[in-house]
Amino acid sequence: MPLARRIIPCLDVDNGRVVKGVRFIDIRDAGDPVEIARRYGEQGADEITFLDITASSDERETMAHVVEAVAAEVFIPLTVGGGIRALEDIRRILNAGADKVAINSAAVARPEFVREAAERFGNQCIVVAIDAKRVSVPGEPLKWEIFTHGGRRATGIDAIAWAIRMAEYGAGELLVTSMDRDGTREGFDLELMRAVSEAVPVPLIASGGVGNLEHLAEGITQGRADAVLAASIFHFGEHTVGEAKAHLAAEGIEIRL
Amino acid sequence: MAVLAIIDYGMGNLRSVSNALLRVAPAGDRVVLTSSPEVVRAADRVVFPGQGAARDCMREIVGHGLVDAVLDAAASRPFLGICMGMQVLLAHSEENGGIDCLGVYPGTVRYFGRSPRDPLSGERLKVPHMGWNQLQQSRPHPLWSGILDLSRFYFVHSYYVAPAETGLVAATASYGVDFCAALARDNVFAIQCHPEKSAEAGLQLLHNFARWNGKPA
Repeated sequence: MPLARRIIPCLDVDNGRVVKGVRFIDIRDAGDPVEIARRYGEQGADEITFLDITASSDERETMAHVVEAVAAEVFIPLTVGGGIRALEDIRRILNAGADKVAINSAAVARPEFVREAAERFGNQCIVVAIDAKRVSVPGEPLKWEIFTHGGRRATGIDAIAWAIRMAEYGAGELLVTSMDRDGTREGFDLELMRAVSEAVPVPLIASGGVGNLEHLAEGITQGRADAVLAASIFHFGEHTVGEAKAHLAAEGIEIRL
Repeated sequence: MAVLAIIDYGMGNLRSVSNALLRVAPAGDRVVLTSSPEVVRAADRVVFPGQGAARDCMREIVGHGLVDAVLDAAASRPFLGICMGMQVLLAHSEENGGIDCLGVYPGTVRYFGRSPRDPLSGERLKVPHMGWNQLQQSRPHPLWSGILDLSRFYFVHSYYVAPAETGLVAATASYGVDFCAALARDNVFAIQCHPEKSAEAGLQLLHNFARWNGKPA
């Protein structure tokens, strides 16, 4: 199939700086978002995702300025998530130069918001982000529950059922993060990714747990992801996006070189 | 000093389109985002971008009084349609239960289907068709200058153009079906993917458009 699988570096941005946490806590500084995005663009990243983890709303403007600066010089798709709660938030971030927004907590609070956003802006720019955690015990069928507010709040909602519902409501793509694996470097939750990918008609971005290049390949071959997202393996200079692509190509995975 | 107008009808990633054109346009040229029919009529080149749904696109260009200005530009000056700005040039779209479009070219805009399969591998394909796919150039064109055949461009769409005349096709791409990924005739070039988001190859295409004399060869 000629459509390439995508590699998406993810930048967690806190008040204008790129940071990276482990299991959503213990955050360390990784640099300037514009400089990092430019570097990933030059390395051949297929898209870039920014997650705004800023707590206070008056600092949200900072994210729009970051997007503006990046969009003026990096000509690949840009996705922004974090704090998207209203159509006005989407409009502002798209006007700053983003191509897609990722909606998470606001979708859980009011699922109709996703439908309204897709109708207003088109489903091509609406990504629903899902943070999922295993809740089944050994011996039971696998089951995942979604969490919101940066993974702090349980919802009681089944992750697979939620993914199907969000695709029906107009999400053009799903960004699924395994909370059990995020920041652990143990690899994707492949069973979660595969279960979601096979359940929905829209593309899946797998996230959470990448510690080496083989994990990226597994996400595609075993997790059936259309795109793989990673942060720390790129931020701290262990691997370039180019090395990641060469690794996938060597395994016969269709990629953009 | 030439003026390049990007038609703003309230939809899509216009900022991305203008950012990319500002990067590649000749020094001294002006790139303007506009919803004014007069500005479109006075421009030397016109870009008709678009994202979203066919019904909304048609409603917005009708509502902004832009239909005649778009048709006039497509009939007379270097004109670049992108994504939805390509699809609405056809006569009809299957989207939104069936929508009549501008009818510059005969043909229909078709849906990939909810869960199409790749005829070769049998693999289920996701819709939207989203990501980097290869453009196979069907024939030479000034806008392909400096772009290798089979270069990858960024696509995001659920519907594709099926022109009634094969002579319109300037490039194809493959996603379960081989579909028309670019069409060209006279001063019009239209492309399904997003050159403004397609890194070097896309910037090269926009660079070429910003210097194109509107002749097909």
